[in-house]
Parts: sequence; structure tokens; C-alpha cells
Amino acid sequence: MVKMLKFFLLVFTSFAATIFLSSAPLYAASKKITITGSTTVLPIAQRAAEVYMDIHEDVNVSIRGGGSGVGIAALIDGRADIADASRPIKTKELKTARERGIDPFANVVAKDGIAVVVHSDNPGNALSLETLKRIYTGEINNWKEVGGPSKPIVVISRDFASGTFEVFKKLVLGGAKVKDGALMLASNKAVATTVTTTPDAIGYIGLGYLSDDVKALEMDGVIPTNETVKDGSYKLARPLYMYTNGKPKGLLKSFIDFVLSKEGQRIVKEVGYVPVR
Amino acid sequence: MKEKLFKYTTMFAAFCSIIFLFGITLTIFKDGYPIFREVGLFKFLLGKSWHPTHYPPDFGILPLLAGSIVVTIGALIVSIPLGVGSAVYVAELAKPRTREILKPLIELLAGVPSVIYGLFGMAFLSPFIRELFDIPTGLNALTASIILGIMVVPIISSISEDAITSVSKDIREASYALGANKWETIISVVLPAAKSGVIASIVLGFGRAIGETMVVLMVAGGAAIIPKSILGPVRPMTSAIAAEMGETIMGSSHFHALFGISIVLFIITFILNIFTEWVMKGRRSK
Repeated sequence: MVKMLKFFLLVFTSFAATIFLSSAPLYAASKKITITGSTTVLPIAQRAAEVYMDIHEDVNVSIRGGGSGVGIAALIDGRADIADASRPIKTKELKTARERGIDPFANVVAKDGIAVVVHSDNPGNALSLETLKRIYTGEINNWKEVGGPSKPIVVISRDFASGTFEVFKKLVLGGAKVKDGALMLASNKAVATTVTTTPDAIGYIGLGYLSDDVKALEMDGVIPTNETVKDGSYKLARPLYMYTNGKPKGLLKSFIDFVLSKEGQRIVKEVGYVPVR
Repeated sequence: MKEKLFKYTTMFAAFCSIIFLFGITLTIFKDGYPIFREVGLFKFLLGKSWHPTHYPPDFGILPLLAGSIVVTIGALIVSIPLGVGSAVYVAELAKPRTREILKPLIELLAGVPSVIYGLFGMAFLSPFIRELFDIPTGLNALTASIILGIMVVPIISSISEDAITSVSKDIREASYALGANKWETIISVVLPAAKSGVIASIVLGFGRAIGETMVVLMVAGGAAIIPKSILGPVRPMTSAIAAEMGETIMGSSHFHALFGISIVLFIITFILNIFTEWVMKGRRSK
């Protein structure tokens, strides 16, 4: 019995000690930034926050994912200082924000190019945006119709709600519906893996997910690279945002400025996106 | 004094679960109800087109419902023979030593995180299925069914095994006394006696399979169509909720529609649980 009590006491004190020790740095940081939102922007925010906190030891930046919708809702509710978003804010969200006295301000921190990819054994190298649209709406169903072998095209798309899909819908589909039989996958990684293992597949992924396992197609004669996205000649690209309440001031300005600085933009490139500066 | 403290602490824990349950129920009904008012219950349940972000949007969940049911039934077709078979072997036929090794190993299957099952399905099983059937893609209802089936095996196996083990010795011995051999005894005496437990295990397995999210999100293909064959891609309800909730606009019709799907899912699992409870009760009172 005494032995057991001693044991519990030991466990208890070690717990208490851990909690005390681990909370110590938290108290040291007096200033706090909360970032929530898009999983696409998450790697930028995460890496930038790590480096930022190394320079400014008195600031604690806490980061959560959840998605663009979750982030913007958190900004509107005042639960986040910065909302990461991979799409511009919607009219409905803007209206709710105004009603609550929040004025969302878009800070474009990076660009993301969307590469159209096929299996590395696919003989094709280029498509036009028009043909791409006809493939995704189901007008063209066989590689034969675009000069390939007679094989059904496996059309792979991102999920209905993802920011990548939204951009693709706007820039490629032009308001048309994606065909019903298209595979709707949950992440860039899933699309890349599936295209790698499916010879007849076509899909689209963020530039950062390109690898030698898949082949990126020329769109209207332009190859997707950091340079062509940055100068705007490659059309399938979107801005990535960090929304703040009003123009960033004080601590938030210091953080956003850091993301837009040379160091911050190097991080953007490092995690696979296209710098804006 | 000590006893009282203990009693109230445990009581608090018990009531907490009830509060959580009510909270969850209340939330999903509150946020899901508007979609029924907007598109109508029948159009929501029986609509054949799911294009939630198109303008104007289509909120028909029949393809999602069909997807869930197809992969769940597929999973049961895989897991019932494997689960009940392994339960019979472990409970009746295996030597004590084999049993000691086999039982925890089967139960270990239940402890593998579902994302690992998903990775296995995505990287290994789906290319294999694609080549085997010479079809354009291996991300389909069949692949999802097989993986879900493997996940459900430990549930069916361990509950069935309990039921088989608890069949009393007298019945078996009576069967042997009548001249039945081991095989005949298992098939026509032990299994019928353990029937309610086996059925309960299958219903629980059904609930597990229809609620599984990660695996179907990764390997079912995600196409919102009513599948024409088991080799076609599907988009089960759980994967639609998981994939679309994060990016949607809070308070939009799409948001409410996703909660509407969760109401449907909730009602299905609720009915299943009541059914299991009812079957198990029948067994206990016997």
C-alpha cells in the first residue's frame, strides 16, 4: 500500500514538473498571433512562424489548419488574427464579416500554379485549355480523340469544395459541370499518387507536388514552372492569401512583412509555391 | 466519504457521455435541418446529382447513399466468411497454443490505424485490382470493400468467438451423444445456439464499415455517381463530409447539406445500434 502511494506520488510530481517546465516558455512569450485556415497555405505559415519565432522570441505564433472556410469563419468570429485562404473571400462571408464589424483584408503571400499531369508513359506532351475543358466535362472520353492510343481517359479531379478545384472550375471549366464519372480525390498527394499508378489518367496538382513520377503538360504552349507562373504567362495559377482584419498593423504587420520579405519568400519557394516578390 | 466521492466522480463521467451525445445530436440536427427546408426531404434523399459547389447547386445524396451501401455490403461479403470462419476455428478447432497466438493477432488488426489501411489500399491493392481486371482505375467500390472487409474482420471475429465459447458444454455433449461428429455439431448445434451473438457482431461490423471515413476517402475513387458495377468508383457519405466540410462556407446551403448527410448517417447507425441491443438482449434472456 505504502509502495503504491509512493509510486503515485512519484507519477504525480513528475507530471506536475513536466507541466510546469513545459509551460514556462509559454509565459515568456507575451505576444500571441493565432493563424487558422487553408491546408494549402499551412506549410508556408508553419515554416514562416518557426523562423519568425526564432528571431522574435517574445512572440508566440499558433497555427491551425482546417480549411479556407474554417479560417475565414474564425477570423470573422475573432478567434483568429490571420485566416489562411487558398481562395478569395466569398460575398456571403464578406457580408457576415461586415455585420460583425470585421473588415477582411487580403494579403497575397504566394502564388500556386496548377499543373495538369498525366502518367509518364503517356505519349502526349501538350493540350489546349479548350481540349482540357472538353475532357473534364466528358465531351472527350478517349485518348484517341486527342491523338493518343485508344484507351478511355481516367479523369481525376480534386474535391468539389477544395480551393484547387474552385480555381480549376473557374479557369478551365468556365462554369460547366465536371463530368459525373470523374474521380474526386481529397488531396494533391492523392491525385499525384493515383496518376503515377494509373496509365490512362489525367489530373491536376499544385506545382509543389510535381515530381519525376508524373508528366506535366504544356497548356496552350506554356510549360508550368515558377517563372511562367510568376510572369503570368502560364494561366492556371491562383494567389494564396493571409486575411487580416483591416490592413495589418503592429505585430501582425511585422509578421506579414516577414512573410513578404526576402527570407519569407525563400520559405514560400522552399515549401513548393511561387514567390510573389 | 471516500465512497461517496468515488460514486459522484463516476456518475459525473457517466453523465458527461450523455451530455456529449445530446450536444452532438442537437448540433447536427440544428445545422442539418435548413437543407430539408430548402430542397425538400425527398429531393435531398432521392436526387441523383451531387454538385454542391456548382451554380445553381444540386444537393441530391442518392449517389452518396448508394456508394455507402455498396461498399458496406461489399465489406460484409468479405468479412462475414473470414470473421465467422476464424471465430469457429479459434473457439472450437484450434489447439490451445495456436489459439493463444491467433486470437490476439486477429484482434491486433483492429488496432491498425485506418489511414494505414488506406495507404495500403491506395499504393498496393488498387494498382493490383486495376491490372487484375484490366480496368481504367483501381480506386473503386471493390477495393474499398476489400479493405473495409479486412478492417471489420476483428469485430465480427471476436464477438462471434465470445458467443460461440459461451454456448454451454451440455448442448455439445448431447450432440456428440447422438452420434454427431465435430463438424456436424459446429454447423447444426453450436452456430445456431450462438446465432444472436453472431448476428450482433455482423450488425456492429455493418456500423463500423458504413461509418469508416479515411479508407473510403482514400480508395473509393470519390466519383458522385450511382455505381453501375462494383468496379466503378463511388463517393460514400462519410468521405463527402470529410472532404468538403473544411473548405465550404460556414452557414451556406452546402454546409447545411453536409450536416443533412450526417443526420442520415446518424439515423442509420442509431437504428443499427438499437437493433444490436435488441438482438443481444434476446440472447441474454434466453
